[in-house]
Amino acid sequence: MTPLQGCLLVSALLFAIGLAGAVTRRNAILALVGIELMLNAANLNFIAFWRYGPNPEALSGMMVVIFSIAIAAAEAAVGLALIIAIYRHYRTVNLDEIKNLKG
Amino acid sequence: MSLPFVIIAIVTLFAAAAAMSLRNLVHCALSLVVALAGLAALYLTLDAQFVGFAQILVYVGAVAILIVFAVLLTRSDATPNQTILSPGWGIGIVVSAVVFATLGWATLNSTGLSKETPPAPIATVKNIGDLLMTQYVLPLEVIGLLLTAAMIGAVIIAMKEEPFSNPSRSRGNEAHLSTKLEPPHVGSYGSDKEGGRS
Repeated sequence: MTPLQGCLLVSALLFAIGLAGAVTRRNAILALVGIELMLNAANLNFIAFWRYGPNPEALSGMMVVIFSIAIAAAEAAVGLALIIAIYRHYRTVNLDEIKNLKG
Repeated sequence: MSLPFVIIAIVTLFAAAAAMSLRNLVHCALSLVVALAGLAALYLTLDAQFVGFAQILVYVGAVAILIVFAVLLTRSDATPNQTILSPGWGIGIVVSAVVFATLGWATLNSTGLSKETPPAPIATVKNIGDLLMTQYVLPLEVIGLLLTAAMIGAVIIAMKEEPFSNPSRSRGNEAHLSTKLEPPHVGSYGSDKEGGRS
């Protein structure tokens, strides 16, 4: 197994763990954590392809990861603000009990 | 594959699995910190120093703290008594296993992946800054705008609702609320608006 394949397998497993957590946990915060893990798995893929790819001097993979980290930070801030607003309204963060669109 | 990579990858994956499977949410957040720090170490083994330290600054420093704050503000730090998985959890596990099988099969059977390891590329902060200011200047500006909008939006979403602005929420004790809360709120809101305008 080449180093690139090792990186890709680690990232695939990380993505699967994040996906499983995001769809199976009942707590909204943990669903968001799962989404963060999936984003990080994608970042690891970008870095691996940048490192073992044909033209690493262009730094394109690294640039994508830098922008992706910034977007993930914005996503986490807005997502957690939404969770806090939902908690204030419903008094729960259990995703199974949040069923109404019109509160 | 080098030995440090294997060790860091195993630690990262175990921490990620723990972050997704532990019952107590505070323990989940701490496991997430370990997983994100492990990812930063993986970036360092892949010669991406800047991204590794940015990962530590942004994820371990900011996002993990945000998650801990959200756990505390939603008062879900106690270990839940009921089940932690949603009803259709079996399907979710199966779907993620299928996703991993597909990705792993594609990775192991692909012929287009390069076999050799090229020499470590030079990615100093100066190079990254040069590129950010020349070739990637438009994405940089857009990211700045996005972060500003996200910050303002997060503050507005998480701001406390005015008690009189949504009468359906004050169930039954509207009179009590309005007599007690409305005058100071109107006053402070108006003065805020005045301050903002000047």
